[in-house]
Amino acid sequence: MTEIASGPSSSPAGRRPEAIKAVPVRHSWRWVSAAVVLVLAFAAIYTVVTAPLLHWETFWQFLFQRLIFDGVRLTLVLTVVAMVIGITLGVTLAVMRLSPNPVMSAVSWFYIWFFRGTPVLVQIFFWFNIAIILPHAGVGIPFTHIGVSVSTNVLIPAVVAAILGLGFNEAAYMAEIVRAGIISVEHGQTEAAQALGMTRLKVMQRIVLPQAMRVIIPPTGNETISMLKTTSLAFVASVPELFTRADQIANSNFRYVELLFVASFWYLVMTSVLTVGQFYLERYFARGSTRELPPTPLQRFRRLLFTYRMLPRT
Amino acid sequence: MSAMVRAEEVNKSFGRLEVLRGITLEVQPKEVMCIIGPSGSGKSTFLRCINHLEKIDAGRLYVDGELVGYQQRGDKLHELPDRDVCRKRSEIGMVFQHFNLFPHMTALQNAVEAPIHVKGENRATAEARARKLLERVGLADKVDAYPNQLSGGQQQRVAIARALSMQPKLMLFDEPTSALDPELVGEVLDVMRGLAEDGMTMIVVTHEMGFAREVGDTLVFMDGGVIVESGTPREVLANPQQERTKLFLSKVL
Repeated sequence: MTEIASGPSSSPAGRRPEAIKAVPVRHSWRWVSAAVVLVLAFAAIYTVVTAPLLHWETFWQFLFQRLIFDGVRLTLVLTVVAMVIGITLGVTLAVMRLSPNPVMSAVSWFYIWFFRGTPVLVQIFFWFNIAIILPHAGVGIPFTHIGVSVSTNVLIPAVVAAILGLGFNEAAYMAEIVRAGIISVEHGQTEAAQALGMTRLKVMQRIVLPQAMRVIIPPTGNETISMLKTTSLAFVASVPELFTRADQIANSNFRYVELLFVASFWYLVMTSVLTVGQFYLERYFARGSTRELPPTPLQRFRRLLFTYRMLPRT
Repeated sequence: MSAMVRAEEVNKSFGRLEVLRGITLEVQPKEVMCIIGPSGSGKSTFLRCINHLEKIDAGRLYVDGELVGYQQRGDKLHELPDRDVCRKRSEIGMVFQHFNLFPHMTALQNAVEAPIHVKGENRATAEARARKLLERVGLADKVDAYPNQLSGGQQQRVAIARALSMQPKLMLFDEPTSALDPELVGEVLDVMRGLAEDGMTMIVVTHEMGFAREVGDTLVFMDGGVIVESGTPREVLANPQQERTKLFLSKVL
């Protein structure tokens, strides 16, 4: 014997132990459970789709109708404007909440407590009816007659009432999301930035918020998708968004379920688009936090094709 | 020539815990001072007082002849407004134990961030200098790498380049090699040695006795918030006078 296996060693160059070829464990119950779930899902869909009194013609007839499209457009406008208000005000509230100034922090706390603690439906309704208690609104110098004032009904039409209700409510949620993002950034980052001579504002803008984005984006995407559907509450202010339109049409032809399907179809289309957008946004803000960015679906598809081609034919 | 840093009876407490109890020392321009001592001895806190990341409670602390964080008007001290505190900080470079690089920026972006957004330099000037600095710390080929694509030693060298990008007159190092794998310590110390040779004034809190002996002009041993012993590194390390210093050195050498 020339070689004695004692202590750690590595196999001589060029030799590798034989690759393992084992018989895989059979998971019979996986097949059974998959089958059960598929059957149940199929049964549920089949029951609804083939419901005896469901008029699919009505669904197709209204799916691409102009009134519905107008509703879709308004839903998008409401979502975007309410989210812009929510995010801007939310970031402000979050920064206020973390401010060393106790008044700032307390005001922010109170805002969040109030607007998160009352139903958004009530808030929309409140703005819609505000003219009842405040017929005129304006700015001026107290105890003088200097100033301008307009009728509240003119200042806050139904659409604005819905936007205010949705936006102000959203701001309370966004504030908490942004705050969570800000405190998730390590304190050493702030310190390093301060040591370089950055002011508090610069540290926030350049160092903390960009890193907080990674934590803020996913729940914000969630909020946007949620907002898209919550806009249907504008129905109470008769704002003609998607759901209100569907309801109005249904009121004239009594095909409520078909029109709910039409509305649902468009809600699903819009949320799907948002989901895709969220993926790319998250990917952008992940730079620097993962060594390699997750592949886009297109890249994944290409890689799949490529690996398949690379496999040796057997 | 006036001292770059002068501390007179500096005191600092966190609540009831007294962290610094009367620190008095001077650092001359181009001097390299190494501070050693057990953890909790207040050495990092002292370093952070110098650029006013921590406020001192009593005593006086001067950098380049000016009070840190305050202004003397008549017989009263006035707190400096944020703007002035920031301007003074920008003249002092600091390197941290855990690097604290900005992870969402590449090495180059890390090193141009402050020159552009604090000093208001134009991008071209800032980038040219940042590239030169990254080359100097041996990372010319890593300018576009994000921090998490770099080893600890490389990250710390980027952090040094980032601090140097502001052309500081004083550099503070807070245990710059303590978070590194042993095999990566050397590359960071080499960069620091080079800086010292070029005449940078440096205060280094460290556990690297070899570095302190070779590069340091002064060695300060701190324990319990006071300076127990100081002198040239050779003297202190070879022939400590105080029992506490002897005990500490017997454990780390």
